[in-house]
Amino acid sequence: MNLKNIFEQLNLPAQCRKYGLALWECPQFLFLIMGLVIMLSILASYAIGIKYVDDPYMVALMVIGVALILFILTYVITRSFERLAEANRMKSEFVSIVSHQLRAPLSNLKWTIDLLLSEKIDLEKEKGVEYLKILEENTQRMGDLISDLLTVSRIEQGKFFARNKSVSLKEMIEEVINEMSIFCKANDVRVIFEPEEGPSQISIDPSQIKIVITNLLDNAIRYINDNGKIEMKLKKDGKNLYFEIKDNGVGIPEGDQNLIFQKFFRSRNALKKQTNGSGLGLYIAKSIIEKARGRIDFKSQEGSGSTFWFTLPIK
Amino acid sequence: MKKILFIEDESALQKAMGELLRPDGYEIISALNGEEGVHLAQAKNPDLIVLDLILPKLHGFEVLKKLKENKKTQDIPVIVLTNLEATQDVEKAIKMGATVYLVKSSYNLEEVTEKIKSIFNK
Repeated sequence: MNLKNIFEQLNLPAQCRKYGLALWECPQFLFLIMGLVIMLSILASYAIGIKYVDDPYMVALMVIGVALILFILTYVITRSFERLAEANRMKSEFVSIVSHQLRAPLSNLKWTIDLLLSEKIDLEKEKGVEYLKILEENTQRMGDLISDLLTVSRIEQGKFFARNKSVSLKEMIEEVINEMSIFCKANDVRVIFEPEEGPSQISIDPSQIKIVITNLLDNAIRYINDNGKIEMKLKKDGKNLYFEIKDNGVGIPEGDQNLIFQKFFRSRNALKKQTNGSGLGLYIAKSIIEKARGRIDFKSQEGSGSTFWFTLPIK
Repeated sequence: MKKILFIEDESALQKAMGELLRPDGYEIISALNGEEGVHLAQAKNPDLIVLDLILPKLHGFEVLKKLKENKKTQDIPVIVLTNLEATQDVEKAIKMGATVYLVKSSYNLEEVTEKIKSIFNK
């Protein structure tokens, strides 16, 4: 180990960042603190021991106190190791989920290309176009998943920077609805947007907030039931803008509700309705909104639909 | 004419396999989710079922269980065709009565259709 490595090892904040843990949850830092506590307590015991050598109660009390502090620290260190182990487990799970999510469109691409190469269908005719569309859709599916993964990776490394500028949230929502109108039509969904009168100017990163609105609308459409209806509202709420999207879809079972913003989590109901979906959309939405100092949450009833909402500070 | 029921939510795969099998004289019935699959298996009495595991509405294992529990469908051979390749999934499917277990990514389209056809030659 050369000198540079030793300095790198001593740079605890950098070491802890590597694990993606906060300083007070990071084993390296906690071991250092524990070492310091041990040293200080020995010095203190020495100093106090000399002075109160005749009072065994005092010394015993002190020893108990030190033992208690060390016990708490050891507990916290063990917990942080558990968290690291958990992070490791999640990473393996992540690899398996991602490879499966990528494999599905990849199989579609591969077999469609095999078919086109087999010359068993006439590329000149309608069918050729149909299969090229399948290729396009599946390439898009893979591209979307990869861009979601990159966003998550940027969020986790703290490199997902917002480039704020003043935009109209109302216009942005309308833009998203417009872009998704074909998807709505394909799923036979009616979208109603009722913004409150008045300005909806806000300082945000438009591309990031657009991801949030798109993800929320996409989920609402994807998990809709028959006679699909999606209602969106935008209004001023004190110092915030409040956006709400309500659907009459499959809803989220109660047991799944506290997991819905977790990375890669997909509700049982979501799986029943749609098997493709990365389980990253809501995690990304929550990260973006919270970074913009807003709040995001939902209420939902299984079978009758969900209402997701977020707020963003106007200034 | 031999009837094959595909229970597969990726319509692209169904289409591609159908294109190669139809000219050879097979009739293709298609179900895009587990529930529909169970229903069509009972209603249409196919000669072979090709079953994906990750399916909307009803998981492939549930479908397999229902197929094997029902007197009408229990003798129809089932090919499990999926992207899941964990050993425990393979073992589970075979134990539950699947005839063959194929991992999609291991084969090209022609190989898969040949495997499907070979079931009838057994």
